[in-house]
Amino acid sequence: MTEQAIPASPIEADLEIYGALVDKEPSRPPRSQWRDVWDQFRKHKGALFGGGFLLFVTLAVLLGPYLWTIEPTKLDIRNKDWRPIYTLLWDADAKAGWLHPFGTDQLGRDILAQMIYGGRVSMAVGWSAMILSLFIGTAIGVAAGYFKRADFLLMRFTDLVLSLPILPLTLLAVTLFRQPLTAAFGSPEAGMFILIVSVIALTSWMQTARIVRGDILALKEREFILAARSIGSTSGKIIRRHLLPNVISPIMVSATLGLATAIITESALSFLGVGFPSDFPTWGKLLSDAVVRMQEYPERVLLPGILISLTVLSVNYLGDGLRDALDPRIRGR
Amino acid sequence: MLNFTIRRLLLSIPTLLFISLVIFLLLQLAPGDPMAQVPLTVPPEVKQKMREALGLGAPIHVQYLKWLYQFFVVEPSVFIDHLTSNSFLFGWLPDTQLSMTTDPVTGAMVETQRVISWQTRSPVMDIVIQRMPQTLWVVGLSYVVGILIAIPIGIYSAYRHYSLFDQAGTFVTMVGFSIPPFFTGPLLIVIFSVTLGWLPSIYDTTLVVDSWATFKIQLMQMIMPVMVLALQTTAQISRYMRSAMLDNLNQDYVRTARAKGLSESVVVMVHVLRNSMIPVVTIIALGMPAIFGGAIITENVFKVNGIGQLLLTALFANDLPMVMTLTFIFAILIVLFNLIADILYGVLDPRIRYD
Repeated sequence: MTEQAIPASPIEADLEIYGALVDKEPSRPPRSQWRDVWDQFRKHKGALFGGGFLLFVTLAVLLGPYLWTIEPTKLDIRNKDWRPIYTLLWDADAKAGWLHPFGTDQLGRDILAQMIYGGRVSMAVGWSAMILSLFIGTAIGVAAGYFKRADFLLMRFTDLVLSLPILPLTLLAVTLFRQPLTAAFGSPEAGMFILIVSVIALTSWMQTARIVRGDILALKEREFILAARSIGSTSGKIIRRHLLPNVISPIMVSATLGLATAIITESALSFLGVGFPSDFPTWGKLLSDAVVRMQEYPERVLLPGILISLTVLSVNYLGDGLRDALDPRIRGR
Repeated sequence: MLNFTIRRLLLSIPTLLFISLVIFLLLQLAPGDPMAQVPLTVPPEVKQKMREALGLGAPIHVQYLKWLYQFFVVEPSVFIDHLTSNSFLFGWLPDTQLSMTTDPVTGAMVETQRVISWQTRSPVMDIVIQRMPQTLWVVGLSYVVGILIAIPIGIYSAYRHYSLFDQAGTFVTMVGFSIPPFFTGPLLIVIFSVTLGWLPSIYDTTLVVDSWATFKIQLMQMIMPVMVLALQTTAQISRYMRSAMLDNLNQDYVRTARAKGLSESVVVMVHVLRNSMIPVVTIIALGMPAIFGGAIITENVFKVNGIGQLLLTALFANDLPMVMTLTFIFAILIVLFNLIADILYGVLDPRIRYD
């Protein structure tokens, strides 16, 4: 069509129609890929909210202790069992005030301070378990996808791990290895942190490995890899320079999923009483400690529970938005 | 298909062996002495005898093989004996007495050694069977309820894509996905037991259902645990249902069905639904063992003394044979339902041929 439509000597009208063909330079400045991704991401209201909330929580737990300087473990038995500040709205005689806006627990510890410190632990466990599990999953996925000989063994291994009962085994590992790791790392918090992070990571890398392997298998057959190989790039270089940047988007999506699972698993372990030591606040621990006094002080269950749920919800929405934004077929629609 | 099934069945044997080895080694590597709770007044030589009676003196591989033998040979034979002697279905068969052996000293028939719980000193399987009905009732019912809610939601939100219902449904499933059961449980208790006082917060297992009144109580106490578990199931399955329906609604055969004048309900509920159910059915099969694991937390919240709660108490009491057996039962369930999902996929979808 183009061959015949363009006359040998274009008249003015034709120039207008086929303007793009004679343009010296593109009419609009080129857009980078990440700008496109951001524009698509902005359209997803839930994802925007999720990202914002996650950022807020992360900043709050990082900077919170500098703004709210009450020690989370400080006992103040005279001021125990304060109600949250909003109780004053309907009950003017309630024990509440701006001194402890979220109230205090049965030993007079400030709940806001406990939430901030608990959030620190929960987020730290979530992020580090997620990063570790991504690392394992990507390594195994790339190895299985790129090296044919390793593929069968690694994927059978992944299948085997997938059919392990995860929650019972996690519970088992955490209960059984609590003491030796505590002894090995000096403090119970450090031992528990390393144990929980590694247990969560070791039981959640499989989905990432499968997705990465599938993508690598498809990418490996493309021409640009052949070209890279033909100019003598080594396998390591091909993987680092050509394959990994191309699988970054599925990895980012499974990262959000991993963060959500890690936060929930850590809270579940704390809730079942096998997590961090008892004087060490985490969101799950605050929740489970409050369950026995649920009848008198329901807010102590609700506050940490809402925080966990909102964080996980926002991470899930973030993942949803990222999936849409990073997929070039959906982008721009 | 038969060929594939047999191959998969054979392949699941090494898988199960590997899993049992992992669990066993994990337990062996871990510290924790089952004799820790024995009073200090018991002399050391008696303690040593007790250790040997529990089979703790033997080398690791002997312990492992003994456990395997007991789990795969002794327990099934006890079960067969139970069937042929007591059960209604097979009671007419002659008593098998597979699990009986002759005592070398007295020559009398005695029961073989079974996997013994260190906590209660009774066979592990007996306790598991005692706890099984509660778990099956609560967890099984929640799964059925979850599926029954999820499928209509999935169908309708796919059919009215981007409508208000669809967006609300997506939001609710996202919320169901994100709220962990250890929060929904206490939340429901705060609302329905503490504030409103409608439902009991503790599941009473000793309740015997023999009249209309007790049936009502049973129903009331089951509502909350079932709803907590069903929320998770609903969230997951309705998402799959929706995306499967969306995939199928744009297919050519749907246009053909409409073009030949079929009513809308037949097109959606027969043509599209049947094709969309293929992946959903396999997801349902795959989710069954996971719900047993998820039930650990819910059973703990509502004090249902089912299998999940049994695992937790056994874990805290250092009762290794019980933990080992239960974890392995979960593993068997996972492998079994993976197999069922694979076979179902092949049976339901004629395009998929494994051979």
